[in-house]
Amino acid sequence: MHIKLSINGEKREADVEPRLLLVHLIREVLKLTGTHIGCDTTHCGACTVLLDGRAVKSCTLFAVQARDREIMTVEGLEQNGKLHPLQEGFMAEHGLQCGYCTPGMLMTSFAFLQKHPTPSEDDIRHAISGNLCRCTGYVNIVKSVQHAAAKLQEGRA
Amino acid sequence: MALRTSPEVSGMGHSMKRKEDPRFIRGRGTYVDDVVLPGMLYLDIVRSPFAHARIKKIDTAKALAVPGVLAVITGKDLEKYNLHWMPTLMSDTQMVLPVEKVMYQAQEVAAVLATSRYSAADGAAAVEVEYEPLPVVVDPKKALEPGAPVLRTDKKDKKDNHIWHWEWGDRAATDRAIAEAAVTVKEDIYIPRIHVASIETCGCVAHFDKVEDKLTVWMTTQAPHAIRTVFALVAGHVGLEEHKIRIISPDIGGGFGGKVPVYPGYVIAVAASVLTGAPVKWIEDRMENLQADSFARDYHITAELAANKDGKLTALRIKTIADHGYTDAAANPSKFPAGLFHVCSGSYDLKAAHVEVDGAYTNKPPGGIAYRCSFRVTEAVHTIERMVDVMAHQLGIDAAEFRLKNFIKPEQFPYTSALGWEYDSGNYAGALHKAMEMIGYADLKREQAEKRKAGKLMGIGISSFTEIVGAGPSKHFDILGLKMFDSCEIRIHPTGKAIARFGTKSQGQGHETTYAQILAEELGIPAKDIKVEEGDTDTAPYGLGTYASRSTPVAGAAAAIASRKILDKARKIAAHLLEVAPDDLVWEVGKFSVKGAPNKAKTIQECAFAAYTNHPQGMEAGLEAVSYYDPPNLTYPFGSYICVVDIDTGTGEVKVRRFVAIDDCGNIINPMIVQGQIHGGLTMGLAPALYEEISYDEIGNVQGGSFIDYLVPTAVETPKWETGHTVTPSPHHPLGAKGVGESATVGAPAAIANAVVDALWHLGVRHIDIPITPPKVWKLLREHGVME
Repeated sequence: MHIKLSINGEKREADVEPRLLLVHLIREVLKLTGTHIGCDTTHCGACTVLLDGRAVKSCTLFAVQARDREIMTVEGLEQNGKLHPLQEGFMAEHGLQCGYCTPGMLMTSFAFLQKHPTPSEDDIRHAISGNLCRCTGYVNIVKSVQHAAAKLQEGRA
Repeated sequence: MALRTSPEVSGMGHSMKRKEDPRFIRGRGTYVDDVVLPGMLYLDIVRSPFAHARIKKIDTAKALAVPGVLAVITGKDLEKYNLHWMPTLMSDTQMVLPVEKVMYQAQEVAAVLATSRYSAADGAAAVEVEYEPLPVVVDPKKALEPGAPVLRTDKKDKKDNHIWHWEWGDRAATDRAIAEAAVTVKEDIYIPRIHVASIETCGCVAHFDKVEDKLTVWMTTQAPHAIRTVFALVAGHVGLEEHKIRIISPDIGGGFGGKVPVYPGYVIAVAASVLTGAPVKWIEDRMENLQADSFARDYHITAELAANKDGKLTALRIKTIADHGYTDAAANPSKFPAGLFHVCSGSYDLKAAHVEVDGAYTNKPPGGIAYRCSFRVTEAVHTIERMVDVMAHQLGIDAAEFRLKNFIKPEQFPYTSALGWEYDSGNYAGALHKAMEMIGYADLKREQAEKRKAGKLMGIGISSFTEIVGAGPSKHFDILGLKMFDSCEIRIHPTGKAIARFGTKSQGQGHETTYAQILAEELGIPAKDIKVEEGDTDTAPYGLGTYASRSTPVAGAAAAIASRKILDKARKIAAHLLEVAPDDLVWEVGKFSVKGAPNKAKTIQECAFAAYTNHPQGMEAGLEAVSYYDPPNLTYPFGSYICVVDIDTGTGEVKVRRFVAIDDCGNIINPMIVQGQIHGGLTMGLAPALYEEISYDEIGNVQGGSFIDYLVPTAVETPKWETGHTVTPSPHHPLGAKGVGESATVGAPAAIANAVVDALWHLGVRHIDIPITPPKVWKLLREHGVME
């Protein structure tokens, strides 16, 4: 099947098998390897991307389901050489170790903060509960998201 | 430890931001599945649905008809090259692909090579295998009974499922002390099978270049150099000699011990690449990872602890059956089949101890690797900390007071334990007092007493663990004969910047940052000016890799020693430039100055420049050094953890209300990273304490083989950890450091289990095996008449 879609603001086209998973389209056809695969079964969240602004697990969608829609991946966070406050937050608060879950955590948090600009700690913990991290114990991921929320609030003020 | 360097230099003690983060937060890391080579083929694996079965027939015709499928590889194909079996790290043998029978559910049966990932999977689904099921042995105790079906029929003369018997300590003295004791307590403690479940699974890209006659393998490995040697030993006879093998361990998405072994998939991918000359990628999926990769623990322990009438501990006796699955593929130092389990006398001053372990074969995948711990230390700590708690409760003495009474005292270090280990340094009471103060221990005890009157179940649990890491001194420590040193090679460039390469391999620990900080501390070159590289066997010096918290104790020490070699030469160069004798110079971080004339000085950068442009006659040019560090002893990090739990009397759910962790890992390189390691370790302690277990039904079907039923904690279950530290430097480590990555995983489960049992002790509960799940607690509450 021939599909057109937008990824990180760029128009792309591809011929795909109907069964091709969205994550494989992103990683292997569009060559954006920041999106990772950790479980294939929608549990770990390493493959999280935004589909029309909503956080989805790209291992459980077919590429054809993204036809004519907008995808955003971790590679789309940095704009004009400027890191997103979430990226800065994760570095400042030591919110990552091996880095494998990080792109998924960033994308889940990105979608979450769009809707919940002033979250409580508990809100954040529930928001990222579909993303597993084996290294950090989550404490610093929560702080990283809080860091970004504060920065984004400053930007709005 | 006082800071010796400025934030610009960022030596030890600075919470420098990590050098690896800019690539990771942009999605620009390079993990093994990101490696793509022209003409690359894909491997998928057919796995057994049976735990024990004879293979009657493998029909590949339908698979070969799938578009894109090039070949189906079976054990018989590998047998032609004598590659169907391979040695394990414990000198046992493991099948690469079976010829006669399978020994566990999800074992590799055949492999399909195809032009795409999807074709390979289609091919694997189309392979038809005819099995004849055989009797399954799941329980290791039954496996050791006379008359049990013998599993390893491949081993001539093997008449049972017993792998080895190992014992340590003074049996007679221990038996005597226990017989004479005023009080003894005894418990059966099972520490179940669990899986590290790093978020990145295992895999490789193997590329045999026929023109260059060279094999390059990008591989999820924690120990690239040792893997190169193992490959050469296994496949040297078919032309893969060690100089023709390059192992590259790229960015690794978590290791925790699970990426130490050689799995069959790696070997099949290498064989497929050698045969085809094309690059071959093999990436396992999550279920393959959880069901077939090496497991941790699975120790069936019986422990007895003795004390005199004053509540002074005297002796410990432990018997254990170790379930290794169908082969002993543990990753232990060769001399120690039960790892360092015999550090089980823990933080206590015992007169005598004896431990014995018997290994058993069962129809399960190979086990015995670590789960973020140094060679069975968690098993040791869990046992002693549970038993000390049982004893304290039995005697009616407060668990903290009882520990303080029995700790090894600071003035007793270096301390030789009843089991022969020489503990380097410690202040156990200091850590426990700090934890008690931080959590408000006395208030909690009062609260607990009030809650109990009101029928509410609240528990307070302590774990005062001693770790043993940094394997290890070459006198006792080797893996397959390779001594467990580690290495650092430093090159200072003419402009004063540097590159340092190591025999270890970070999997998230942040070596690119912390090693640079060690060099900055020693040389005064800013950490930002130092590039750290690991994981490429063609460039890095030989080392045994990163596991068992050994990177800082061993390779970190090598970094300090290599830096000091650099300084020795730099001093001679500075003396030459300043026209004084080397002994007339004083080193302060970053520069040599003339004694009594501090403005006559040369910086390390000036010395580096001179090493290439103006070196003294008779001296070799350049400024480089290498160290292969053989540690004189292990290091013994320690800590005290206190956990508060509330138990829901309706559902049996255990809620961790608070958890305070005081750790002592000696001198700290980067406080931010140390705290991050503790947070992560605590979560991997919480996980087996309350959630994770891989078990099997009576015919060997795995339970817990996917993330649906293997419950890795999320941010919701994980408490907000409260951390702190004390600093008791290691006297023998050049930096006074001890290693920290695994302390919390080792110490935390016992604190949680002790808290739960503390909440239920008055009802008559004495022990609960981890994971302490709601159904287990609910059942106990019913049995003891507590129902809401």
